[in-house]
Amino acid sequence: MVMTEIPTKVIYERPEAFDPRVTHYCPGCTHGVAHRLVAEVLGEMGEIGNTIGVASVGCSVFSYNYFNIDFVEAAHGRAPAMATGIKRVLPERMVFTYQGDGDLASIGMGEIVGAASRGELLTVIFINNATYGMTGGQMAPTTLPGQVTSSSPTGRDVSRQGHPIQTAELLSTLAGSAYVVRRSLHNAREVRRAKKAIRTAFEVQKHGLGFSLVELLSTCPTNWGMSPVEARDWVEERMLTYYPLGDYKVSPSVAELKV
Amino acid sequence: MQQEVIIAGFGGQGVLFAGQLLAYAGMDAGKEVTWIPSYGPEMRGGTANCTVVISDEEIGSPFVQNPTAVLAMNLPSLDKYETLVKKGGVLVVNASMVNRTVNREDITVVNIPANDIAESIGSKRAVNMVMLGALLGNADILSLEDLEKALEGHLPERHKKLLPANLEALHQGAAYKVDEGVMS
Amino acid sequence: MAKELIKGNTAVAEAALRAGLEAYFGYPITPQTELLEHLSGRMPELGRPFVQAESELGAINMVYGAACTGKRVMTSSSSPGVSLMMEGLSYIAGTEVPAVFVDVVRGGPGLGNIAPAQGDYNQIVHGGGHGDYHVIVLAPASVQEAVDLTGLAFDLAEEYRAIVCIMLDGSLGQMMEPAEIPPMQPLKTEIPDWAVRGTNGGEKRVLTSINLDPPAQEKMNYRLMTRWQTIEANEVRYKGYYLDDADFVVVGFGTAGRISLSAVRAAREKGIKVGLLRPITLAPFPKEILDELTGKVEGFLVVEMNAGQMLEDVRLEVRGRVPVEFFGRMGGVVPFPDEVLAEIERLVEGPLTTDGHPRDRWLARMADTLG
Repeated sequence: MVMTEIPTKVIYERPEAFDPRVTHYCPGCTHGVAHRLVAEVLGEMGEIGNTIGVASVGCSVFSYNYFNIDFVEAAHGRAPAMATGIKRVLPERMVFTYQGDGDLASIGMGEIVGAASRGELLTVIFINNATYGMTGGQMAPTTLPGQVTSSSPTGRDVSRQGHPIQTAELLSTLAGSAYVVRRSLHNAREVRRAKKAIRTAFEVQKHGLGFSLVELLSTCPTNWGMSPVEARDWVEERMLTYYPLGDYKVSPSVAELKV
Repeated sequence: MQQEVIIAGFGGQGVLFAGQLLAYAGMDAGKEVTWIPSYGPEMRGGTANCTVVISDEEIGSPFVQNPTAVLAMNLPSLDKYETLVKKGGVLVVNASMVNRTVNREDITVVNIPANDIAESIGSKRAVNMVMLGALLGNADILSLEDLEKALEGHLPERHKKLLPANLEALHQGAAYKVDEGVMS
Repeated sequence: MAKELIKGNTAVAEAALRAGLEAYFGYPITPQTELLEHLSGRMPELGRPFVQAESELGAINMVYGAACTGKRVMTSSSSPGVSLMMEGLSYIAGTEVPAVFVDVVRGGPGLGNIAPAQGDYNQIVHGGGHGDYHVIVLAPASVQEAVDLTGLAFDLAEEYRAIVCIMLDGSLGQMMEPAEIPPMQPLKTEIPDWAVRGTNGGEKRVLTSINLDPPAQEKMNYRLMTRWQTIEANEVRYKGYYLDDADFVVVGFGTAGRISLSAVRAAREKGIKVGLLRPITLAPFPKEILDELTGKVEGFLVVEMNAGQMLEDVRLEVRGRVPVEFFGRMGGVVPFPDEVLAEIERLVEGPLTTDGHPRDRWLARMADTLG
């Protein structure tokens, strides 16, 4: 039998900016997807060697392990401040933070609002999975009304525990925000849309147009007590109602940007 | 040799600038100086004061409890500092703003109608310079020339047109001798 | 360069700028604000970043980020703001990046007041942030000394990859004195190996204070502590006055030190053989000279604008060999030289004891005025 060479074409490979190691994220968690999108975008933009990432505290505390990119690790909630410090002294570099909802929308609300209002030329990748993942599934600032967590065992009672924070809407009101959008990672179509938004956010930074943030609705099957498939459905059925996808702030100069 | 001067009055009477000018003059004359505004233990509502220390050696405390000289620009300042002036020291009182006599007899007292003099020069805001002149005319701290040079050198640029009036105020104050009680 | 009459806060700001400060991040708080205000004008003039942060938390974390790039950066604040910065300082220490901060100390605890105080000694010298780390603490007593120590602060921070605090008190920040500020230095051009800058195709660098493996974290702690031993061996600074023939020695830093100098001179005029030891580095603490003096003097008087925080470090070194007495004013009240003189005279008169705690005796003496 004669071996004939079958022509091959690479249609899927590990992005250059993505480290080959296995992540510590749970099965079904979308952190890995978000990481991959960031890695793909930076590679496609040719910015891998020109980027500094700022990791935060939460499940993504070790995100710096998964990127072939210079990284620093911030204190809980302070990533936007740390990123501000870096960007101001190295304005030619791409600087991004990667933050979860407890980090950004609770303990770090002062820092994120400060950075956005100053129009810092940063890109923020914001993972909203409606819970504190790393510490075992407590109520987060984004936990939905009625959602059971380990610190809201009978479901979040908004009369006692307040209302979830809609981060993209909130930050879109600030003049320094150039591009603030919400996307989701719960199906392939939304993942593609998320990638485009991440690309736009980095382009906004590259063109010096202002502060950019992409909120990504994400799954946490482990702490939600669901299978990955159930978790995906929960995003669609529950989270999208409270956190509608959309472009909350697209400044005129960003609208003109061709991505 | 160390001189300690407290200048006290209402905010707006030029208390802090008078002190700075004295400090500049001392510095330009090659002395060690410190200037510290009303602060901490000296803080009182509504009044401003500063302490200037002029010395031949490294200055220790910039805070002084018993100064060698006091410029009391108003009555509350006189009430506060009369008893604190060091024995043998100098107390310059703005007689235009004070309706009582000084009780101390172990210090040199200069009662000078500084507001009236400043107004007669046509520069109401030069009260602080009249008072400073009266201090130099009656105490061996710095020479009048030292002060003139400091005034010329450190009067803010936007106030330069006030230089002649300020110099005149300084001179009229310095001419006011304690023994005579009148202008010489 | 001619001397100029300049406020402590402004002088430190200008000295930092001329020492090659590449970025400043701060938040307004009295009595430190002139420092921030001065740089808000000067830094942009020179094309250097100045950011008024959203809070002291923001400011110190901006410093943290910028320090990770190996640039000369600093922040400044006053006591309550520095309390907020403690988190960031611990992270900076844990990441071993150099940083400089200025604490213009005011009366506390709590919101306290804006008057000069030294109540931050323990917070700065003995930690404040979590974990085992030391901050190099420089305590000037005059505007000129503050200027001189500002340049040194950056050099020390970089040499030891450490945090350096310039600790002023409110009066030193507000006071004007003649000072000569060194000429403008060019900005540093070399980037340290460890600094993040983007891989540019090379090995990636990660700067973090996290280390989940306890034995590895212990090694890091060991490295910090042995580095501190080197700092203790090389960087102690103090100034002595009239120590050669002193029977008694006053120990005081910063403004309390110079107030004590006036008292010591007054006592000398009365024929009392008293000297002054003024620590300039509070950390590393001048232990050797204290030990040496302990063998020669009849007793020490520690004077502070707090309730006896450095006092404990003095007692640790004296170890009960001779009596140590304490005099302090708290909450923003500044002692006058006459009060310190009275304490010196009390020491000379005796009797003195090495029993009990000097703070207890001092509190008992203060009962009449403060009780």
